Amino acid sequence: MSTQPLLDVREVSKRFGGVTALNGVSLQLHPGEVVALAGDNGAGKSTLIKTISGVYHADGGEIRLNGEVVKFATPEAARGHGIETIYQDLALADNLSIGANIFLGREPMTKAFGFLPVLDRKKMAKAAQETMAQLDFHVTRLDAPVGNFSGGQRQAVAIGRAVYWNAQVLIMDEPTAALGVPEQRKVVSLIHTLKAQGRGIIFISHNLQDIFAVSDRIVVLRRGTLAGERRIAETNHDEIVKLMVGG
Amino acid sequence: MSSAPSSLTQGSQPAAGPHPWLLRIAELRAWLFLILLLVFFELWARIAYGSTFVFSLSTMQSISIYTVAPLLLALGSTFVIISGGIDLSIGFIMGLSAVVAAHAVNVMGGVMPPFPAMLIGGLMGVAVAIIPGIINGLLISKLRVPPFIGTLGMYGVARGVAFLLAGGTTVPVSNAWFAALGNGRFYGLPVVVVVTVIFLLLMHYMLSQTRFGQHTYAIGASEQAALRAGINVGWHTQKLYILSAICAGIGGVLYAARFTAGAAQAGEPLLLDSIAAVVIGGASLFGGSGSIFGTLAGALVIAVIQFGLVYINVEPFWQFVSVGVVIIVSVLVDQAQRSISGGRRS
Repeated sequence: MSTQPLLDVREVSKRFGGVTALNGVSLQLHPGEVVALAGDNGAGKSTLIKTISGVYHADGGEIRLNGEVVKFATPEAARGHGIETIYQDLALADNLSIGANIFLGREPMTKAFGFLPVLDRKKMAKAAQETMAQLDFHVTRLDAPVGNFSGGQRQAVAIGRAVYWNAQVLIMDEPTAALGVPEQRKVVSLIHTLKAQGRGIIFISHNLQDIFAVSDRIVVLRRGTLAGERRIAETNHDEIVKLMVGG
Repeated sequence: MSSAPSSLTQGSQPAAGPHPWLLRIAELRAWLFLILLLVFFELWARIAYGSTFVFSLSTMQSISIYTVAPLLLALGSTFVIISGGIDLSIGFIMGLSAVVAAHAVNVMGGVMPPFPAMLIGGLMGVAVAIIPGIINGLLISKLRVPPFIGTLGMYGVARGVAFLLAGGTTVPVSNAWFAALGNGRFYGLPVVVVVTVIFLLLMHYMLSQTRFGQHTYAIGASEQAALRAGINVGWHTQKLYILSAICAGIGGVLYAARFTAGAAQAGEPLLLDSIAAVVIGGASLFGGSGSIFGTLAGALVIAVIQFGLVYINVEPFWQFVSVGVVIIVSVLVDQAQRSISGGRRS
């Protein structure tokens, strides 16, 4: 493992009123590594990823990205630094094409007749095709709205958007939760592709099978603290469950 | 197994019906319906009267002039409805603008020549519409009032203010240029129609070719998706209701010009017609779909129904019944289409 982690979360704490949601949690993520974040409901998983992605601001500790201390005021700022979160419910506009979704909010423009600014649909379609090909997803109908695709394909589009904008850290919140078994396998192989491209992935899941299928390490949270950290090769389901429920 | 997701690699995205098609089918449906109506009235004219409906220049001109006001309202509503909202206040914003434009043209006429008086008075009529538009937008985007309720409240406010400003009556205008704007010809074409066509093309460009239009579709599909993509949804919503009010304002000014009088109730019967035009044109009241040319077809359908029914001597009150039925049928068709095409939402 390279010496400098891509993402280095050090002793981060977060309180909501009197409730301590995170208490000195540390986590490291290296390029090409998949770290699974496990824990029961309320363990602090989503507080931790929201703190990393700029939704919340840590009350204590620091976050380093490529060795530099970063503080993100907004999720947009985090995204600008290559930290992209892919939410469970995908956040796609179902009525727009893959390209339009990839560029949503930052659409490229071109000039028609040399003076009239218009959306550059060609560029969007081309980027969609190339990006999805990187994920081994070959699209034939670039003008189809993403609402017509299956759950796994839509997950690929959401990931494709992150990849196009050159995300170095991908945070995936329950990416397989809403999918059928074959689709879950597709997402698992997508994560392998991303890993091979040298990106760092934080993967939240309730599904231990998926966690063991894709992760290099598991970080287990319990009641806002780090309950344990294990290399996949050196642990098993039972041990992780024990860490999650405590005892 | 670092890269073997071959199962994703297939051309058989089974449900992938092409997007522009789906949209175009809805739009084409409206044009098809329009043609059927024209054929029906034409046959009636030939058989019953030995005359023609479609090929009568005066009929077509009347229809196109009549279409102007509901179409202008409908253009703004197309944007609002695509974004998942609704604006019920446009009818009385139109009346408000008509009354203010009439007053303003008269007052300006007292201090300057008729032509600049017409221009400035007309612009003031449009400008006054921006105020209720801003309030609608604030209510909906900042105070989270449901669009239906917020704009229904504004419907009452604009109505009351318009009647107050008009003194409970109509405000006659005496300005030759203003009358020419409403009734004049430009290369043989009615000026109001020319103005409306130019505005229609501008709206089509905005909806289909700009970020503004693209974000309108995205917000209609999923406000969350738009927010997470970094779109300022609140500000966008604000702009949509201002746009809708401006469209109503232009409608009001052209109305005042056409009748050389401002009337508070100018747009009252047009609210239903304009929303019908948008819905017939393929927009979904659930948001996310619709087009300007679809709305144009929808507005023409309504105008043809109204003129056609008069032409074949049906009691005029049946117009309301027919437009209402057409709205309901359009919404039913939209819903059926959604469940068949397996739209992921709802």
